[in-house]
Amino acid sequence: MTDALQDLSWILIFPGFVFTLAVGLLASWLVRKVSALVQYRVGPPVYQPVADVMKLMGKEILIPQDAQRTVFVLAPLAGFSGVLLLSTMLWLATARITYVGDIVVAIYLMVLPSLALILGSSASGSPHAAVGASREMKLVLGYELPLVLALLVVIIKTAGLVEPGEQLSLAAISRHAPVLSISGLLAFIVALLCVQAKLGFVPFDIAESETEVASGVMIEYSGALLAVWRLMQAMMLVALPLFLVVVFLGGIDLSGWSLLWGIGKYVLVLVLVILIKNTNPRVRIDQAMRFFWHYCGTALAAAVILAMVGNYYGIAWL
Amino acid sequence: MSIVNHQSSIINRLQLWSLKKSVWVFHVNTGACNNCDIEIVNLLTPKFDVERFGIKLVGSPRHADALLVTGVGTRQAAKCLQEVYRQTAKPCVVFCMGACACGTGIFEGAYHVAGPVDNIIREVDPNAIIAYVPGCPPKPQAMIMGVVKALSALQPKEKYATERVGQTVVADPG
Repeated sequence: MTDALQDLSWILIFPGFVFTLAVGLLASWLVRKVSALVQYRVGPPVYQPVADVMKLMGKEILIPQDAQRTVFVLAPLAGFSGVLLLSTMLWLATARITYVGDIVVAIYLMVLPSLALILGSSASGSPHAAVGASREMKLVLGYELPLVLALLVVIIKTAGLVEPGEQLSLAAISRHAPVLSISGLLAFIVALLCVQAKLGFVPFDIAESETEVASGVMIEYSGALLAVWRLMQAMMLVALPLFLVVVFLGGIDLSGWSLLWGIGKYVLVLVLVILIKNTNPRVRIDQAMRFFWHYCGTALAAAVILAMVGNYYGIAWL
Repeated sequence: MSIVNHQSSIINRLQLWSLKKSVWVFHVNTGACNNCDIEIVNLLTPKFDVERFGIKLVGSPRHADALLVTGVGTRQAAKCLQEVYRQTAKPCVVFCMGACACGTGIFEGAYHVAGPVDNIIREVDPNAIIAYVPGCPPKPQAMIMGVVKALSALQPKEKYATERVGQTVVADPG
């Protein structure tokens, strides 16, 4: 009983819902503020994301006549719960609470928001949303392969370092920093770009490009349902950079001064993502596919070979 | 009973606060000469930066809280404008930007004009909240002032535009 209560409080309060939401809203303010500073603007005040969500909660929910109502309404909730679980799992992994196979579960949970977005926009019955959904689908096909390959590099790098009797899990990986080797650095850069695409940021905001397909996948959502999408995106701003920190940068140590260093790593990844967002134009879907499969795929194949060679001969920096 | 009323008034006030602090606008051109449109885009530039006030351009009327309407409202565009107004999630405010949108300007009585924008909107929703920013084109400062005046005229009681008693909000930049 107490175990169940503890699990529930993990999901609902501390590393889960309340905490991640607060950090996520702060992070989405940071995105807008840093973007504004890059463009020599002042930018919105710190309560802006809260005001946005509160306003959307009070607005009318319009459901199109042709929409498949159940899927249309449930899709945002599915995506939201996926990100919530992912974030809870990652925070618990930084606190060394983990289990076998959580790497696979993390990959699965990271696809869930995109999947929910595709489902919801297809259910809305709008042609613009259909274009957005097909683009999102192609983008998922594009970036999943490099992301899994990047994780493969990390697993090869850390597999030899895991102590006997210990399982290979996120907690075990987060004790090492593969980014300090050539193959790990390559994998980190590619994974950063994949996270960029997962967050739906420029240059990979093809699915919800506002100027061409009028917000694409989100076009028919309004009111509280749109607010749930916004909250989901805010929480992804916590979960996905945290995933990179856990897997590539040696995780967050929760004790003493090293906690500050861990938060610094998270903010560093977030600011990198924001700067990429602000210094690039949007690419076409075929360009994005070619980029992820040809260039990122080739780079990662090289990284995998380097990592295996390094592992075999015991050269740590390869 | 009084507790319930008290709570609902707090929620109403919070909603009103957030509505004023986060205005997402959708831009509708109903046959304008593009002059007002350029001035609207000008609002987003570093010089004026309306994101300071939480104002943001969005791509879909479903996300919008305010419609920035420019142009006289031609016969072709009038139906589209009414459709866009119906699609906008309420509560929402309609801003008539420029002399043409406010009162058809130099095109008054022309064959292609379906009437000033407020008439077109009122055909759909007689109680719509409409604000006017005159000028040819209005200066960006005037537009910001119009938005601020219109928002400060909103009262905590009104929940949806359609439930409101017909009363226009006039924002005069002068």
